[in-house]
Amino acid sequence: MTTLKLDRGAPGARILGFGSYRPRRRVTNDELAERMDTNDEWIQARVGIAERRWAEPDETLVEMSVAAGGKALAASGLDAGEIDLVLLATTSPPKAIPGLAPRIAHQLGVPRPGAFDVNAGCAGWCYALSAASDAIRSGTARNALVIGGERLTDYTNLEDRATAVIFADGAGAAVVTASEEPTIGPAVWGSDGDLHEAIAIPPDETGMSMAGQAVYRWATTKLTDTLVEAMRRAGVGPEDIDVFAPHQANLRIIELMAKRLKLPEGTVIARDIVRSGNTSSASVPLALDALLESGEAKSGDVALLLGYGAGLTFAGQVVVLP
Amino acid sequence: MASTQEIQAGLAEILEEVAGVTPADATPEKSFTEDLDVDSLSMVEIATAVEDKFGVAIPDDQLANIKTVGDAISFIESNQG
Repeated sequence: MTTLKLDRGAPGARILGFGSYRPRRRVTNDELAERMDTNDEWIQARVGIAERRWAEPDETLVEMSVAAGGKALAASGLDAGEIDLVLLATTSPPKAIPGLAPRIAHQLGVPRPGAFDVNAGCAGWCYALSAASDAIRSGTARNALVIGGERLTDYTNLEDRATAVIFADGAGAAVVTASEEPTIGPAVWGSDGDLHEAIAIPPDETGMSMAGQAVYRWATTKLTDTLVEAMRRAGVGPEDIDVFAPHQANLRIIELMAKRLKLPEGTVIARDIVRSGNTSSASVPLALDALLESGEAKSGDVALLLGYGAGLTFAGQVVVLP
Repeated sequence: MASTQEIQAGLAEILEEVAGVTPADATPEKSFTEDLDVDSLSMVEIATAVEDKFGVAIPDDQLANIKTVGDAISFIESNQG
């Protein structure tokens, strides 16, 4: 049998910089209470959201992703011409064809990169980060732009009080490059496809539906082990975690996970959901960028990430922040 | 097998831990949502804590039928192994 030559990869990969785009329009709980039978106290108690951003017509998925990607590129110090892989994690493209990553790359001036969309529910960005890191380590790519972008309001019945209060829009991105020292740990990922109906767009409904109790139970009982395993595989323990940034689905899930992991007192916990709602694939990079920008998180911090959502899918990993 | 009294005491402990319910208030006739102000997500936490403590399984569809503290006690009594 003929054996083939392989590329020489990099010993590790690291994140160089983040970028975000938050839609202009702020939607408060009080505004929603005027449209439907809900109120600020109820929403804050159940999901912890105080306000969220809803994209306006000109804030398309492509435009938001290009804006976030452009900022991440600027933060990385790399030129668009140096990027050779562009990934867009999204669950809410306007059409199935074509995938949007090539067009986003084109608009950013990235010349002919490998480019594709990733749909792994709200775990999408964490899946894509791992795919980018692995592509760099295997030599398939050298510098990657990993975007999470969503216009969930396109797929939400905005009159349905069960979902309209939760889902929102936005985009977050990171540039990943080859490095001598590995600072993106192995992804501990998986899926529970028996629960495929728990978060879905049913054929007879106008918007996304979510079996709240089933997802809450799954997230609070099954995913702590994923986080523990992600730390173990990366060679760190709870005492080493400076920042905990799980998918921003529900503040109660975030607090419960932090408690069960026994993270140290001083660990910074991402609570971007309070002002951003649930932005699916965009939530983890949006939360990390916000923490770095506010100074709550700093360069060199060890961050434990977790994506989880429709599929159901999940991916946990440890990274060092740029 | 836990006795009815032990089940009620164990359930009261869980209710206090998860939802801040005063143990003396956790009497059989009380409705979780109406009287004890326990919401649907806290019910899930109570269910998983009951599963761990008493070794029973409470699927979501059965959880929907558990309305009062008494319903929960009966469910645990008839399902504990």
